[in-house]
Amino acid sequence: MKEQQSLSYGSYVLVWLALVVLTSVTVTIAGMHLGALSIATAIFIALIKGSLVVYYFMNLKNEDVMFRVMLLVALVTLTVIMVFTFFDISFR
Amino acid sequence: MSNTADPVSYLDYQGRHKGILGWILSTDHKRIGILYMISMLSFFGVGVILGLLMRIELLMPGMTIVTPRVYNSLFTLHGMIMIFLFIIPGLPAVFGNFFLPLQIGAEDVAFPRLNLASWWIYMLGAAVALTSLFVGGGAPDTGWTFYVPYSVRSGTNVTLAVTGAFILGFSSILTGINFITTIHRLRAPGMSFTRMPLFVWTLYSTAWIQILATPVLAITLLLVIAERTLGLGLFDPAKGGDPILYQHLFWIYSHPAVYIMILPGMGVVSEIIPTFARKDIFGYKAIAISSLLIAFVGYLVWGHHMFTSGISDTARWIFSLLTFLVAIPSGIKIFNWVATLYKGSIDLRPPFLFTLTFIFLFSIGGLTGLVTGALATDVHVHDTYFVVGHFHYVMFGGTGMAFLAALLYWWPKMFGIMYNEKWIWRSWAFIFVGFNMLYFPMLIQGWMGHPRRYYDYVPRFHATHIVATVGSWVLVTGLLIFAITLFRSFKSRVPAPSNPWGGRTLEWTTTSPPPLLNFTQIPTVTRGPYEPAPTPTGGETS
Ligand code: HEM
Ligand SMILES: [Cu+2]
Repeated sequence: MKEQQSLSYGSYVLVWLALVVLTSVTVTIAGMHLGALSIATAIFIALIKGSLVVYYFMNLKNEDVMFRVMLLVALVTLTVIMVFTFFDISFR
Repeated sequence: MSNTADPVSYLDYQGRHKGILGWILSTDHKRIGILYMISMLSFFGVGVILGLLMRIELLMPGMTIVTPRVYNSLFTLHGMIMIFLFIIPGLPAVFGNFFLPLQIGAEDVAFPRLNLASWWIYMLGAAVALTSLFVGGGAPDTGWTFYVPYSVRSGTNVTLAVTGAFILGFSSILTGINFITTIHRLRAPGMSFTRMPLFVWTLYSTAWIQILATPVLAITLLLVIAERTLGLGLFDPAKGGDPILYQHLFWIYSHPAVYIMILPGMGVVSEIIPTFARKDIFGYKAIAISSLLIAFVGYLVWGHHMFTSGISDTARWIFSLLTFLVAIPSGIKIFNWVATLYKGSIDLRPPFLFTLTFIFLFSIGGLTGLVTGALATDVHVHDTYFVVGHFHYVMFGGTGMAFLAALLYWWPKMFGIMYNEKWIWRSWAFIFVGFNMLYFPMLIQGWMGHPRRYYDYVPRFHATHIVATVGSWVLVTGLLIFAITLFRSFKSRVPAPSNPWGGRTLEWTTTSPPPLLNFTQIPTVTRGPYEPAPTPTGGETS
């Protein structure tokens, strides 16, 4: 495995700020009563936040391709699961 | 076949601890495999006894030996034990642990301590689940599926049982992580992915399902606990929840879990067939890839368990259509196995006999699966005995028989002794006849409309119930003969050569039983797993 090439503290703080901003966006949108769209946007924002955490804080940025592929497998699976579940509900 | 002085076997090796501590604190993957085997077969025995009790209750209409309440607890515990304690961890935990490192030429798994921790967590989960029998409100009576709203309302010990299943999930996840890391990192020189034995391929696919699907179950079970203790209302329509959401979450795990159960069984079959047909496997790559395909497609079909529970019509036909896709990779396996047998030099020894039994019984299970997978017919047979017959054919007739075949195939390697083959043949006759007497009538009953999970029935089902109950006695007689035959091999101690069957994978190149670190020298691999060795060594028959 590679050495941990960690980022500067400044970039960590920036990422953290981005997470805070995105959280407030989620909260704001939740109050806007967008109907079916509100779930989609909430999931989309959560996805961005999750990626930021995994990429920077969990250091995926500096990992082998193999780990990225493995994470992708998990992501694809999760997407499939969510899409199918919501699919059922939206046609009921 | 082993060179000069045999190294000390893992059974004789004296580590830091003596006696039983030398087992329950051992980080040797082989000892852990055997720990799992002993614990699992004990639980299996309990499950079988519960099954026998149910069968006795069903011998006659009306109350025979237990009350309806007790019957409900019997099938719940029987299902929980068989699913969570036996058939899901089954092959990977026992034979995966023991043979994965041996088959890829490694000294142990990647994380030996984590491996031991998995066993302890497994035992803890089992203890918690079984405690629910004896304390508080009594044994759970929801069925192993814990469907809401009943699982939230039942006054029995559902919370404890669900906590047990929750804990067991972690054992499964940790084993999965361990195996994936081992396969990626610890293969012997020359052991490329396309030279891995097919059992390893199935363990790899299974491990991915264990990692990706089990957390969904864990979350779902936590939600049930939260619903029971805090009254959240996630699944309660009166509070804005949705009971069908529970079924989605449950089957998002539990359908992929049926592939956790069957894939390693298919792996065992892919090992045994080339050995006893004395041929290289036909379609190695197709079989290997089909395992990954099954694992993936397995995520797309869970809705077929919910055809009658009120999901949308569009979801129903799409899930039904997707279910049929699984037939493709399964068919790839079956046809390649048959093609391997074609013009092989077949040697009908006990492991192969049970492998053929697997193919036969699993095919019945698979074909009845088409009936339950097709939307139109499933509406008719859903929640009837047809389903009970179907899943015993796949799980017991499939994975269960593969487990017995694996025991017979690898027993000489694990303990360095041979068993009495004649008695195994006799046990097989009982098992095969009893099995079909027990479960085939269930298919007929279900087709005629007999609902499952009932302790009573109308008189017209009496005859078929008698056949099934007598069948359960025949089957258990067979299982007992099987067990006693294996036990007696410890007494007679007929020594096993390192390669009694003429197998070509790496585990057969080391001594029986193997030394602590598996090989005196880490092997270098220069050929496919089932190709004959270029220079025949002793015991090799090609
Ligand atoms: C001698 C062996 C066995 C006997 C006599 C037996 C018998 C039965 C019976 C009578 C039922 C209940 C039917 C009903 O009222 O709905 C049942 C349910 C079940 N069995 Fe078995 N069985 C045996 C072995 C197995 C094995 C090996 C497995 C799994 C690998 C298994 C898994 C299950 C499951 C999951 C259920 C459903 C429980 C539920 O409805 O919640 N059984 N079995
Ligand atoms: Cu399914």
